[in-house]
Amino acid sequence: MSKFSDFAKARREGTKMVPVPSVSIMPERDLGKAPALECLHLGIDFGGLKAVDDFNITVGKTEICGLIGPNGAGKTTVFNLLTKVYTPTRGTIMVDGHDTAGMGPARVNQLGVARTFQNIRLFNSLTVEENVQIGLHNRIRCGMVPGILRLPRYWKSEREFHEQALELLDFFGMADLAGHEAGSLPYGAQRRLEIVRALATGPKLLLLDEPAAGMNPSETAELMENIVKIRDQFQIAIMLIEHDMSLVMNICEGICVLNFGKIIAKGTPEEIQANPQVIEAYLGSGAQGGAGAPKGGEAA
Amino acid sequence: MKKISKTTWSTISTYALVIVAFIAVQVLSGAGLISHSLQGQLVPICAYVCLAVSLNLVVGISGELSLGHAGFMSVGAFTGVIVAACLARAGVEAEVLIFAVSAVVGAVVAGVIGLIVGIPVMRLRGDYLAIVTLAFGEIIKNLLNIIYIGVDDAGLHFSMRDSASLGMEQGTIIINGPKGAVGIDKISTFVMGIVLVLITVAVVLNLVHSRSGRAIMAVRDNRIAAESVGINVTKYRLMAFAVASALAGAAGVLYAMNYSTIIPSQFDFNQSILILVYVVLGGMGNVRGSIIAAAFLTVLPELLRPINDYRMLLYAVVLILVMVVPHLKVYQRFVDMIRVRVLKRSAASEGAAAAEGGASHE
Repeated sequence: MSKFSDFAKARREGTKMVPVPSVSIMPERDLGKAPALECLHLGIDFGGLKAVDDFNITVGKTEICGLIGPNGAGKTTVFNLLTKVYTPTRGTIMVDGHDTAGMGPARVNQLGVARTFQNIRLFNSLTVEENVQIGLHNRIRCGMVPGILRLPRYWKSEREFHEQALELLDFFGMADLAGHEAGSLPYGAQRRLEIVRALATGPKLLLLDEPAAGMNPSETAELMENIVKIRDQFQIAIMLIEHDMSLVMNICEGICVLNFGKIIAKGTPEEIQANPQVIEAYLGSGAQGGAGAPKGGEAA
Repeated sequence: MKKISKTTWSTISTYALVIVAFIAVQVLSGAGLISHSLQGQLVPICAYVCLAVSLNLVVGISGELSLGHAGFMSVGAFTGVIVAACLARAGVEAEVLIFAVSAVVGAVVAGVIGLIVGIPVMRLRGDYLAIVTLAFGEIIKNLLNIIYIGVDDAGLHFSMRDSASLGMEQGTIIINGPKGAVGIDKISTFVMGIVLVLITVAVVLNLVHSRSGRAIMAVRDNRIAAESVGINVTKYRLMAFAVASALAGAAGVLYAMNYSTIIPSQFDFNQSILILVYVVLGGMGNVRGSIIAAAFLTVLPELLRPINDYRMLLYAVVLILVMVVPHLKVYQRFVDMIRVRVLKRSAASEGAAAAEGGASHE
C-alpha cells in the first residue's frame, strides 16, 4: 500500500499522521508524539567540501542537547541548516513533526525554531524593549492600516506588546534596561537579550550558539541556571553549541560530538567523556586514553 | 510621576514644528513681511517637505537607497491633474474637494505603481537597488513623455502617438506628451500644503511606531536576525517602498496644482537627487530633520536672489558646510559642552526632587 493511502486512512480515522516525503526510512508518526527536532541524513556541500554530512539527530520535547566539537567541525553550519540560513544539499529536517523542506528562515521560525548567534546580531539602533517586541512579531497581530490610523486595535496590540515584552525581560532581570539602546548594552546583557528575543518568538526548539562565549565563570554559572530555568518554565527543547565543557557536561542530557562535519559520538555526558574517539578528536591520536577527555572546567 | 518618553517628545516636537511654522508664516504674511517670490514658494516647500519625509521612510527607516522618487512624484502629479480635470468637467466646484480627491487618487495610483516596481526591485540590495530605482524613475519620465490624454463629453481619450490621434472634436487636452499638462487649475494653497505635510508626517511616524514599522527597522538593522525571528523581509521592505511612493504621489499632486503647466522632464534624476539631499542633510531616519532641511534648502535660493550671480555658488558652499561642520572637533566640543550643562541642570533638578524634605547638607 502506498504512503498516501495510509495518509488518507489516517485522516478518515481522525489520527494526525504525516507522510515523510524525502526520506523513505523515516516512519510515519503521530504528530502529538513527534520530537522537537529530527534530522535525517542532513548534509551540505560547499563546492567539493562536505561541510556537514549524514547528520542524524533526534531531540526530545524538553531535552537539553549539546553540540560540541573542535573548531571548524561544522557546528554553526548545522545551526544555519536547521534555521535555513543555508539550504541543505540533502536530507530532511523535521520540526515538531513537520518537514521543513522548501521553507525559508522566517517560515522555519514560525514553525518553532528560534536561535541566537555566535557573533551577536541585535537590532542595535532600537531599544531593548523594541528588540523583544520584534521577537513577538508573529504572536501579536496588528496590520499596517490599523497601525497608521491608530485604530483601537493598534492600542490594544501595543499594550500587549509592552506587557509581554516586559514580562519576558523581567524573567531575566532585564526589565530596568527596557528603554536602553540595545547596541549600548554590556556584552553579557546583549547575549541575554538575544536569548530573550529568541524566546519571544514562542519556539519549540531554541538553538544557542556559544551562549557562554566571553563570559566569566560567575556569569557562566548564572547562564547555566537560566538555561535550565528556560527549559522548565517554557517546556521547550534546547540545543546548544558550547566550548565550555563544564557547562555542557553539567546541563546537557544528550551530547553530540561533531568532527569534520560528521557525528563521531552521541550519548550522555558520561559516555562522551569516556569515548576514545572524542578524546582523539580533541587531543590528537597521541593522547593516552582517558587522560584528557573533555572534562568539566576545561575549555576546548 | 508619569514621564514622557523620548520618542513621544520627538513626535510631539515634530508636529509642533510644522504647526508653529504655519502660524509664523500666516502672521508674517498678514503683516506683509513675506516677499512675493517667497509667497510663491510656500506650496512647493510643503510639497518638498512631504517628498523628503516620504523618501526618509525608504532611505532612513528602511535603509534602502532609492534614486527614483521623482518618478513616483510625477505619477501622482499627472494622475492628479487628470482627476482634477475630469472633476472640473463634471461640474464639481469646491476646490478643496477636487484637491482631496485628486490627492487620494494620485497617492493610490503612485502607491500601486510603487508596489509593481517594488516587487522585482526588492530582490536587490544596496547599490544595485539604487541603480534600478534610478532607471525606473527615468522609465516613468519617458513613458509620460509619449502619453497624450484628452477629455470630452464621451469620456477620456488616450493615445501614445500625438494629440491629433486622440480623435476629439471639442474636448480639452489634459496631457500633451512632452509639452506636459497644460491649463491646470491652480488650486493648491498653503493650508492644503500644511495639511498634507501633517498627514504625511503622521503616516510615517505612526507607521514607524507600530508593529510593521518595528519590523521595517529590524530588517534595516540586521537582515539575518530579522529573518531568524520570523519576519518576512521582502514584505516589509516592499511595504516601506509602496507607502513612500504613495506619499510622494500625493505630494506630486500638491506640487502640480500650484502651476498652470507641468512637463515630464521636470521630474528627472536631478529632482530625485534633490529630494535625497534633503533626507541626507536632515539626517537618515530623522523626520524632523527632513522637514527642516527641505524647507531651508527650498527657501535658500530665494533668499540668495539679491546676489543673483553667486547664489548657486553660495548654495553649494552652504551644502558643503552643513556636511563638514558637524565633523569638526571644535563644533563637537561645543555641542558636548552644551549637552553636559543641560544634563547637569536636569540631574540637579531631579536630585532636588528626590531629596524631598531631608536634603543632604553638602
